[in-house]
Amino acid sequence: MNIKSQKDFFSGLMFMTVGVAFAWGASGYSIGTGARMGPGYFPLALGVLLTVLGGVITFKALVVETEDGDKIGAFAWKPLVFIILANLVFGAMIGGLPSIHLPPMGLIVGIYALTFIACLAGDRFNLKEAVVLATILAVMSYFAFIKLLNLQFPVWPVLAGV
Amino acid sequence: MDLFNNLALGFGVAFTLQNLMYAFIGCFLGTVIGVLPGIGPLATIAMLLPATYALPPVAALIMLAGIYYGAQYGGSTTAILVNLPGESSSVVTVIDGYQMARNGRAGPALAAAGLGSFFAGCVGTLILAAFAAPLTELAFKFGPAEYFSLMILGLIGAVVLASGSLLKAIAMIVLGLLLGMVGTDVNSGVARYSLDIPELTDGIGFIVIAMGVFGYGEIISNLGKHESEREVFTANVTGLWPTKEDFKNMIPAVLRGTALGSLLGILPGGGAVMAAFAAYTLEKKTKLKPGEVPFGKGNIRGVAAPESANNAGAQTSFIPLLTLGIPPNAVMALMVGAMTIHNIQPGPQVMTSNPELFWGLIASMWIGNLMLIILNLPLIGIWIKLLSVPYRWLFPSIVLFCAIGVYSTNNTTFDIWLVGIFGFIGYLFIKLGAEPAPLLLGFILGPMMEEYLRRALLLSRGDWSVFVTRPLSASLLAGAVLLLVIVLMPSVKSKREEAFVED
Repeated sequence: MNIKSQKDFFSGLMFMTVGVAFAWGASGYSIGTGARMGPGYFPLALGVLLTVLGGVITFKALVVETEDGDKIGAFAWKPLVFIILANLVFGAMIGGLPSIHLPPMGLIVGIYALTFIACLAGDRFNLKEAVVLATILAVMSYFAFIKLLNLQFPVWPVLAGV
Repeated sequence: MDLFNNLALGFGVAFTLQNLMYAFIGCFLGTVIGVLPGIGPLATIAMLLPATYALPPVAALIMLAGIYYGAQYGGSTTAILVNLPGESSSVVTVIDGYQMARNGRAGPALAAAGLGSFFAGCVGTLILAAFAAPLTELAFKFGPAEYFSLMILGLIGAVVLASGSLLKAIAMIVLGLLLGMVGTDVNSGVARYSLDIPELTDGIGFIVIAMGVFGYGEIISNLGKHESEREVFTANVTGLWPTKEDFKNMIPAVLRGTALGSLLGILPGGGAVMAAFAAYTLEKKTKLKPGEVPFGKGNIRGVAAPESANNAGAQTSFIPLLTLGIPPNAVMALMVGAMTIHNIQPGPQVMTSNPELFWGLIASMWIGNLMLIILNLPLIGIWIKLLSVPYRWLFPSIVLFCAIGVYSTNNTTFDIWLVGIFGFIGYLFIKLGAEPAPLLLGFILGPMMEEYLRRALLLSRGDWSVFVTRPLSASLLAGAVLLLVIVLMPSVKSKREEAFVED
């Protein structure tokens, strides 16, 4: 059996998986009756509905012809990894990571780290450009978010004992 | 006249120096961010929302309304200049707008969009003010069954307009509803799907989903394309003002667009997108004057009509939100989130319990529209400059603003981890061709729907027929069914597909 629409086939599978997962999770809560719904009632119904929808989508993807097979195409792993990583490292810089004894490094260090890693996601990496961009962003963010909007951020590194 | 008293109250609130300033800042920021290619109004609002946290509620909402209009106008600018619709409602603007820009007539196109939007905004505000009170009366007649049916109608209405597969759009809504279930159940206190993570017992922040899916997902997908696929704007913009001939063509188109837009915007789920499509279709049906540029080749009517329609629709789509508390589209869903953060539960009670806020907001919408004209027409040159900022500088900045925005919502790094996950999911959605906007709408409506369903069935003692025996509820459901039937009719189905691939 061949897949007529790759996109639909896999999104159908995704919906089914998520639907089953939620429905299975809901069965762990009390379901109740229509008149007195428990916490599991609505999610269970939705989970089942999503599974059915996913099933229909997958089925259609196997049956209904498309012109070009609706290929998903290659994943852009490089931007995917670097963008998500930049975000995660920024989080670690702001909050610190107690599990590896990393103290919070604050907003400014975080901005530099985020900008560098994010720049790696692009087609070309240019160190000088990244430094300039990071500096501009750091200065702008400091004034806009910390001074002007008064957001609560750790700005500078918190060093042990200080 | 009540209407004028109310509007006077509203303008009294909005016309303070402080609030005018916030409206201005909102419009300005909204345009600045919204004009950046690849960032639609949804992402713009999500990104700028944290900037309003520190403000008093009225000022915050005024600023948000400003951001919304700014973002929408910024989106049209990008649509016209770079052939890149930031959101679905400017998809049709692209068709003739970009052609005009390529012919060196970007100025008149932008002016037509701006002036048309302003006029439509004025009319929309008046309609909003006039209809708000009677609709609120109606809203008090709504029981839980009616609310539930209305939400069904709204959700169906929203997917009918989504591009691509109807089934997938419905599945995305259900997925959104399910994500909305995460967190503590208000009735039983059970922490659902929290995976024993304490932060998840409060539910997933909608900002997290919006930024992850719309911000990061889009960036990754943009970077994944080859450089040549990313549009670079090079055309020159000469002459801002439309000619006399242009005005002659524009004015009737603006009027038709406004009328259609105001009408369709009121329908739950309708809003800006359907309005823009309908207006463009209508213009195409009218006869071309001799010597007029054909549609698809840069006809000014093809810009003015959909832009007025989507602005009028955007305005009147506040009606279901403000009077019933039900967001008709994803942008309004974000507004609900913003209101809840400021401790305002949108719904019919806002108008009576908080008239300053209600009428102030309505007045500030008009002011927002005015600001846009003042701000944008002279500054078009600057926005165009902004468009030429290379993407390689742009995207790290967007990542940063998203991260800062997410963190500052709750001051917790947990949200940053979560947004990373949703960034991945968002990219997956794009790859699988599953449009994410219905998901956000479902996410916001999920808890509300469950609550109303519970109450409705509790009152009826578990009898499901309550949804069809109460006349109001039954007609709302009938409306939803009708919408589905219309869309699934073969002739409409092919038209709908045609409308979305047209370019």
